[in-house]
Amino acid sequence: MNDIAILIGPLIPPLRRYARALLRDRAAADDLVQDCLERAVSRWHQRRIDDNTRSWLFAILHNLAINRLRSAARRRPHAAIEDAEDAALVRPPCQEDVLQVQDVLRALERLSEEHRSVLLLVSVEDLSYAETAAVLGVPVGTVMSRLARAREKLSAALDDRSTPLKEPHLRRVK
Amino acid sequence: MTDDRPITEDDLQAYVDRALEAGRAAAVEDYLAAHPDVANRIRGYAEQRGALRSALAPVAEEPLPPELNIARMIEARRRPVFATWRAAAAAVVLLTMGGAVGWVLRDESAPAAGGIAALAREAENSYAVYGQDRVRPVELRSDASDELVHWISQRLDHPIAVPDLSSSGYRFMGGRLVATPHGPAGLLMYDDDHGTRLVMLMRPMEADRDAPMSQHIADGIAGFTWAENGFGYSLVGPAAPDVLHPLADEVRRQIRA
Repeated sequence: MNDIAILIGPLIPPLRRYARALLRDRAAADDLVQDCLERAVSRWHQRRIDDNTRSWLFAILHNLAINRLRSAARRRPHAAIEDAEDAALVRPPCQEDVLQVQDVLRALERLSEEHRSVLLLVSVEDLSYAETAAVLGVPVGTVMSRLARAREKLSAALDDRSTPLKEPHLRRVK
Repeated sequence: MTDDRPITEDDLQAYVDRALEAGRAAAVEDYLAAHPDVANRIRGYAEQRGALRSALAPVAEEPLPPELNIARMIEARRRPVFATWRAAAAAVVLLTMGGAVGWVLRDESAPAAGGIAALAREAENSYAVYGQDRVRPVELRSDASDELVHWISQRLDHPIAVPDLSSSGYRFMGGRLVATPHGPAGLLMYDDDHGTRLVMLMRPMEADRDAPMSQHIADGIAGFTWAENGFGYSLVGPAAPDVLHPLADEVRRQIRA
């Protein structure tokens, strides 16, 4: 069983980063990673020998994240992850790049979940196009066209950053 | 050496991702030098990529919380699962004992302190401590709910069950035993996948052994507290009372069932 810890351990920080970027909520994202790791441990022996551990784990996590995002959207159509506080995601302001960091994350939020996931897997997690295709369960050609479209949309959202974000929807009683 | 196949959009994307082999990358660079508008767009994409990476890099540097300790997870799987029939048998024994203890206490306990008002405060305090905890809100997670039910039932001398609020959109997270001025209490926690958590606290009641459901609100934390047959329940959370009320009714209905 030790090989599991050795193979999976170094991948936990990237898995957290991907979950956090998709859900924008620290606790929910960590819950998801925990679910993912538990599944990985229990299904370890169902893994095919030639499976790439990294894309296998990202695929488990991605499917959990998508289920959660979709059921959240169904249940409460407007109160989604954009309510999560930026503090959960961004390091404290300390450098001149803070504005840009906030901007790019806010712009990312405006993209559809399909576009966000392809950008994050390729640009941030450095998965190859083939690995990304395996995680998303689509052909490589679809990865390429989604990626091009996602970058175009992110550029548009960044150019458009003066427009306010969607209104916050959750009534805060706290 | 460069190759002279026509440049495709895929090449440009792969150039941004530094996924091209050297010859093809050189061909893309030649192309970009000759097409400033495309070059401008691709430069923008490269900046996006850099900004995303630096925005998200700190997340991967954070220390891992204990729940994400893979070695512990593997270890936990090796431990035998608590047999459900044993928990059920224990619950039957506790039910009998709990009834006897309750009977003895019935006439001798002095009322006043420890009633549902106290229970409501205890639930609010537990919410403030555990409901806000991002690291270890519960001691036993929902996947160990048999063990949790057994533990709380044993310590409270009263069989408990975990109400199911999933039809109202609240997922059971797990629970723990907490200390109150009136002895141990069982805490169950729920969340709605949007970060809103509810805490349910329950304990045996010496005062207010039967009390109708009452509503309370303090510092934005609403709650509903009641007692039946010597056992008290309080459901609290940062939700409006009209949202929480049907949930409390549902909990009570399930407990009575």
